[in-house]
Amino acid sequence: MSTSNRRGFMKGALVGAMMAAGLISGHAFAADYPTAKVNTTGLAVTDSTVKVGILHSATGTMAISETGSIQAEKLAIEQINAMGGILGRKIEIIQEDGASDWPTFAEKAKKLLEKDKVAAVMGCWTSASRKAALPVFEKDNGLLFYPTFYEGLEQSKNVFYTGQEATQQILAGLDWIAKEKKAKTFYLIGSDYIWPRTSMKIARKHIEQHLHGTVVGEEYIALGDTQFGSVINKIKLKKPDVIYAAVVGGSNVAWFKQLNAAGLNSSKQTMLTISVTEDEVLGIGGENLAGFYSAMKYFQSQDNPENKKFVEAFKKRWGKDAVIGDVTQAAYLGPWLYKAAVERAGSFDVDKVQAALPGYTFKDAPEGPVTVEANHHLTTKLRIGQWGKDGQAKVVYTSDYIKPDPFPKGYQ
Amino acid sequence: MFGYSMADIGNIVVMQGFSGLSMFTVLLLMALGLAIIFGQMGVINMAHGEFMTIGAYTTVLISKVAASYGFTDYYFVFAIAIAFLLAFAVGYFVEFIMIRHLYKRPLDTLLATWGLSLVMQQIFRSSFGAKEVSAELPEWMLGSFKPTPDIDIPINGVFVMVLAALVTFGVYMFMYKSRWGLRVRATVQNRTMAGAVGINTAKVDRVTFALGCGIAGIAGAAFTTIASTGPTTGTLYIVDSFMVVVFGGAASIVGTIASAFGIAQAQSILQFFMTSSMGKVSTLLVIVTILMMKPEGLFASKLRK
Repeated sequence: MSTSNRRGFMKGALVGAMMAAGLISGHAFAADYPTAKVNTTGLAVTDSTVKVGILHSATGTMAISETGSIQAEKLAIEQINAMGGILGRKIEIIQEDGASDWPTFAEKAKKLLEKDKVAAVMGCWTSASRKAALPVFEKDNGLLFYPTFYEGLEQSKNVFYTGQEATQQILAGLDWIAKEKKAKTFYLIGSDYIWPRTSMKIARKHIEQHLHGTVVGEEYIALGDTQFGSVINKIKLKKPDVIYAAVVGGSNVAWFKQLNAAGLNSSKQTMLTISVTEDEVLGIGGENLAGFYSAMKYFQSQDNPENKKFVEAFKKRWGKDAVIGDVTQAAYLGPWLYKAAVERAGSFDVDKVQAALPGYTFKDAPEGPVTVEANHHLTTKLRIGQWGKDGQAKVVYTSDYIKPDPFPKGYQ
Repeated sequence: MFGYSMADIGNIVVMQGFSGLSMFTVLLLMALGLAIIFGQMGVINMAHGEFMTIGAYTTVLISKVAASYGFTDYYFVFAIAIAFLLAFAVGYFVEFIMIRHLYKRPLDTLLATWGLSLVMQQIFRSSFGAKEVSAELPEWMLGSFKPTPDIDIPINGVFVMVLAALVTFGVYMFMYKSRWGLRVRATVQNRTMAGAVGINTAKVDRVTFALGCGIAGIAGAAFTTIASTGPTTGTLYIVDSFMVVVFGGAASIVGTIASAFGIAQAQSILQFFMTSSMGKVSTLLVIVTILMMKPEGLFASKLRK
């Protein structure tokens, strides 16, 4: 062993000891983690800062949904910086606009990873944008924290999925409604693209094989369609016990407004939806939703102390009228999970961060403790919320912890 | 029959009939403004949907004001009037700074108005936020009217129907019974000659364009009762609007009415018996076939070529 190597070893041991000390005291100073040690792959990490990208649509159709995620991620990063940053380094945000255009996401991801050399990216919202950016993250070995609940059937070492995959959101919710409402007949309706179609496929299998119920109708509405008269009449004729809905975007608003206008309100019809969060309620209007159910992992009204703190901070930062939906909360987890991963790894190197995060439990998450699994998804609970006229949901059911299963056997 | 009772079937037939009529009036209201602009002036206004969005946001804002002063029950009438005036004013302005320079270049108007629509969308987004909002509807407009316990007729549908009838009647009176309408028709038929007999054709163009935009504003206001309001709401309607106008024959208001009725009934009935997407696809196929045989649309104007 040459002298220089031995010196390197000694230094490493010293750093390790300091790291342990730093973790115990809860504070980390940049000096304890020399940049040359914690950043061996040339990321944009200096002695005092680390660059992190935010990649969402701030313009275009999807801005409606993605704005909340941007706000949550910025809030989390500001809070982390106020606590001293990650390994003593303040997070510098580089924000790029995906502009609701999927190829743009790939292009901007490339820019963030190759030009800005960001250490991690919080971003993407639709599955289409994630699928477009994924090859870039895999090629450049980047790190993406993806917040949206989605259809599953994906697992990449370069992505951490902080929202639920389909089975986590669907199965427990259907079990609950079948038991609670003694539901036997279901009418499935969704927008016509991959997420609702995959979700309904899983739902149908579960209803038919496990709940021994009947699917009396399955319907997909073109994205942006606003005329539901005929569909509603079909539902009236079939009289299902439960409508199971995954309608999105502008159609979603029209769907609820017309359903109510046609006399199908919650006193006459049970409905469980997997596509309505507090964000959507703004457009739909609480009076059109009152009494219907949503299956989500998070509702703004949860009264655990972590959530109260989060809601207060969010409103303080983004205005008292701001609402927080499921995805917004999931986006808030991203920066915190990244911080934990870097601290566990003692390094910003992507491979080490990736390896360090699985197994970690984030105890202070607003939704309640979540655990990162080896498949890069989170173990979470599912909640059923019943909407009130004020646009907030009352949590009427909370499941046990559900392990993520992005490739569910028997449901494909 | 299929396990449903006769009473069930009867009720559905009534409600389905209504939903077809309701879709007809929605399409008609969407397309009327466009029919005036496209049909009378030959301008392809891609920003038509955004003028609807102006009407929709106006309604939402007025509903907020109304709610804070406690006259929620009646504000809708004012909202429609103001939506019309505002969209009219914006249309007047747009014609003045942009459209009038492009009358001889129809394809450039297409591009210019499309650009305008993007600009307007971003203005909406910057000023009202990216999230969708909804107008607080007056109590009387919610829910349904029940002639029998099992039949629900949506009141907002009836409202849109009445409004569409009034607007159509208004447009008809304007175009065929007023001096203004006479000038508009004269300009359409022979611009040079109309100018020669002393009609200020530039002014006629401006008012016609603004009128079409104003009607789009009314449509936007009405649609807050059935759908959403967001920066890109207009894009939900623009395709259907063009479909109705082109299918009906560009220069004819009767054509627009007939075409809206035909498309709505076909789509509504097909969507009942097939899935929703297939219903739409089938309707489009029928339209394409008919347009291949009659490229000028159902009611082509009889002009000497």
